[in-house]
Formats: sequence, C-alpha cells, structure tokens
Amino acid sequence: MNRKLKDKIFQFFIYLSVSIVSFVLLFITGYVLYKGFSSINLDFFIRLPKPVGEEGGGMVNAIVGSFMIVGIASLFSIPLSILTGVYLSEYKNEKFANIVRSSLEILSAVPSIIIGVFVYGLVVYPMKRFSLLAGSIALSIIMIPLIARTTEEMVNMVPTTIKEAGLSLGIKNWKVIFYIILNTAKPGVLTGVLLSLARVFGETAPLLFTSFGNRFWHRSILDPAAALPLQIFVYAIAPYDDWNRQAWAGAFILIIIVYILIIVSRRLVLKYK
Amino acid sequence: MEKVKIKIENLSAWYGEHQVLKNVSFDIYENKVTAIIGPSGCGKSTFIRCINRLHEVIPQAKVAGKIYIDNKNIYDPDVDPMEIRKKVGMVFQQPNPFPTMTIYENVIIGLKLNGFKDKNKLNEIAIQALNEAGLYEEVKNKLDSLATKLSGGQQQRLCIARALALRPEIILFDEPCSALDPISTAKIEDTIIKLKQNHTVIIVTHNLQQAARVADYTAFLFLGELIEYGPTNSLFTAPKMKKTEEYIRGVFG
Repeated sequence: MNRKLKDKIFQFFIYLSVSIVSFVLLFITGYVLYKGFSSINLDFFIRLPKPVGEEGGGMVNAIVGSFMIVGIASLFSIPLSILTGVYLSEYKNEKFANIVRSSLEILSAVPSIIIGVFVYGLVVYPMKRFSLLAGSIALSIIMIPLIARTTEEMVNMVPTTIKEAGLSLGIKNWKVIFYIILNTAKPGVLTGVLLSLARVFGETAPLLFTSFGNRFWHRSILDPAAALPLQIFVYAIAPYDDWNRQAWAGAFILIIIVYILIIVSRRLVLKYK
Repeated sequence: MEKVKIKIENLSAWYGEHQVLKNVSFDIYENKVTAIIGPSGCGKSTFIRCINRLHEVIPQAKVAGKIYIDNKNIYDPDVDPMEIRKKVGMVFQQPNPFPTMTIYENVIIGLKLNGFKDKNKLNEIAIQALNEAGLYEEVKNKLDSLATKLSGGQQQRLCIARALALRPEIILFDEPCSALDPISTAKIEDTIIKLKQNHTVIIVTHNLQQAARVADYTAFLFLGELIEYGPTNSLFTAPKMKKTEEYIRGVFG
C-alpha cells in the first residue's frame, strides 16, 4: 500500500471518530434544548410545583434550591480545598502531604452515591431530618478533591522564578504565596472551581439521601429542599405528561447552567494563555 | 579611596552535599559596578544569591562564612532576611514580571506587600522607578495593561523598575541580558551604568565584553573559588593568574 493511501485512510478514521463524538454531544444537547425549550415558560421560573393531577406550575423552588445547595457547598469547599492545594504544592515532599494527596485521589474516585449514604449517616440520621445543609455537605465532599488537586497542579505550574522574584522584594513567604503565586495561578484555579461547580450542579445521587427534595419552599437550610436534578429525576419517571414536559424544561435549564460554567472556564484559560 | 560596601569573608555555599562556593573573600565597593565572571556552574549565581539571602530558600541549601553590608554581618542570627532583601534588590536571568499583574502593579507590588499604603507616594515612586529603568516613556500610556504584553527587553527593564521601587542600596543582576537581543542588552547596560550613581551594582555575566563594558571591578570565579579580583581594566589586560588569562583568551569556559 502506498504512503499517500495510508495517510488518507488514517485521516478518514480520525474524521470518523471526531464526527461520532461530536454527533453524540450535539444530539444530546440538541434534543434536550428542543424538548426543553418548547416546555419552558415564565411559570416554570416563578411557580411552585402544582399538586398531582393539576396542570402547570413550575420549579422555582428547585432552581433556588440548587443554587443554595451548591452555593453553601462552595462556601465550605472552595476555601478549604484551595488552602489544601497550596499546602500540597508548598510542602510537596512531606510525608503528610503525600498521605493527603493519596486520600484526595481516592476520595475523588468514590462513587457519589456512597458519599450521599455517608452524609446520610453522618448528618441526616443524627439530626433526624433531611436538609439542604446535608446536601451541601455531600456536594462539598465531592468538590474538595477536584478543586484541591487542580489548585495543587496550577500552583506547581507557577515557575520558581516568580516565587523568587517575590521573595527578592523582601516580601514575607506567606504573602508571596497568597498574593503572588496564587494570583499567578488564579485563572487555572478558577477554572478548577468552575468545572467542579459544573460537576456538582448535576449531581443527583448524593442529594437523594441528603436534601431529599421538597414540593414546597424550604423554610431554612435545615429543611429538606428541592434541587433541579432531583426534580428532574422525580418528574421524568412520573406517569404524567405534564411532569415529563417539566422534566425536559428542568434538564434544559441544568444544561444551560453547566454549559455557561464550562464556557466561562474555557475563556479564562484562553485569556491568560 | 573607594568605600567598601560589602565585605565577603570566607563565604562557602552548598546544595546538599555539593559545595559550590569555597572560602570566597573579597570587598565590593560602593557606587561601583562589580562583574562576576567565570564558566557555567562555577558558582556565580549562587554567590550573588548569598548576598540577598536567597540561596537559603532552596531546600537543603547551606551557607557558611560572613557577608558584611555596611559593617553588619547579614548572616547574624538577629538579622531578618526580609530586611536584607529590601536593601538588596535582584534582577533575574529570565525576565519574570508577575504575569497576572499590570505594569503598574508590578512596580508597586513590593512596596504594597511590605505595608506601604500612601497612594500618591506609590504613584510617584512607580514613575521614578520606571524612569530610572529607562522604561517610563515607552509604557506611560499603558500602565494598566498586563506586564506580559511587553517585549522581553521591556519586561526585563520592568523587573529592574520593580526592584528599584524599594529604594535598594545594592542591586544584583543575574545574567540579566542572556535572554535578550543586542539592542535590549545595550539599553540595560546603559541603565546599569547610570544606576551606580546611587547604588552598588553587582552583575553576573558570562559575556566578557559585557563585563568589560559595564564593570569597574571584576571577580573571576572558577569551580567555586575566587581566582582573581581587581579593576576590570587590569584584570582583562594584565591578568595575574594563569587561569584568568586562559579563561579570557577562551582556552576553556
């Protein structure tokens, strides 16, 4: 077989693979957008779910719930995991750092439903109630290894000369780390944070055991609370057409949120490259 | 008579078990440019990194001996390395401006993180430092753009300005032009010569012409030892040591 022909065949398979992969993505996105867009209306954003048998209503409690669960999870996990990431990078060779690093790696591989069960045992059971807070704790456990590892990698990528430049200006070590090195790694760290947000926005399994879902408003963070993925789950398997339609609408919103997070993080990366 | 600014006494330095400087002793004079020359790996960079106590930040790095700046040993236990580093500025081999900061922020960051808050004064110092580094005219209309948008030579002059903003008495240059084109190199050499009016300058270089152009005194290091030190002119034209002569003639290095 001649060289040019081989080249052509190889090229053909590359294009074929790329087309299959992009087709799957476009198909899922397109289908959800199509189904969701036709089911979406103003009520969806401002009304609570209607009782079974009544048409209409919306998912405002689930939308707000999702943002609150993820928001509170971020409050816990972002500072904790960024500091952990900085520690891992600054004290690379310490024994304890190696233990932490391995633990995070294992934690990031734990199936999310197990984290849900774990938080059920740790928070829900002793408090005798499902709660938004328990959902946040579950999601923050998922976020911590993701953000900590990206932070570590991003801080590692900051050249030593940047750190030395900071030190050579007579700046204290901790200030060099927080105001200069972390600042230099900021785009990468932010990207990690956004991607972890995109990941947990869609998490369903850990919320089943923790925030549980709620057809009404949660009155405090200690109440069970609705979340978009939970609501989609319940509505999608329900035998009512109207609920199925709203499940599509929910999926539509969820996918938009996730895409926005991903696009913003891509832009951040490009801006500083 | 020249005034001694830095007195180096039996300075030795190690990376782990590997000794890179062996009992180096000599005096560096105030308001002069002193060049440190020698083949790669002979300890030139390590030497100047001892003068601002930056050598010790590398894990397992070790220093012995004394360095007196204005008659005070900077390795005395009561000396805060941060204070030394404010007094002894440094410009590195690769231009290393802080990439996520603007040109202006790069210049003032040292003062700012050392607790200096007066905005007007910061402004004034920033402009003065940029001027001294010969960069102000080129960047005065884009102080708010990212430092990484500048060319390599401009970035290096920004790093000089960043060091100057702290009003150091001594400035160390670690092969500042090795990554730059000849025109940028010439500009930086001009700056170095001007700086000696108010500063004591030490420059590591393996470009002998550069040493001849900018330096009043030159020290030749070889395998961690000081082989010869004296006025640049006599060291280049009438070296006393055979090693120095061979190095200058290009026999090795």
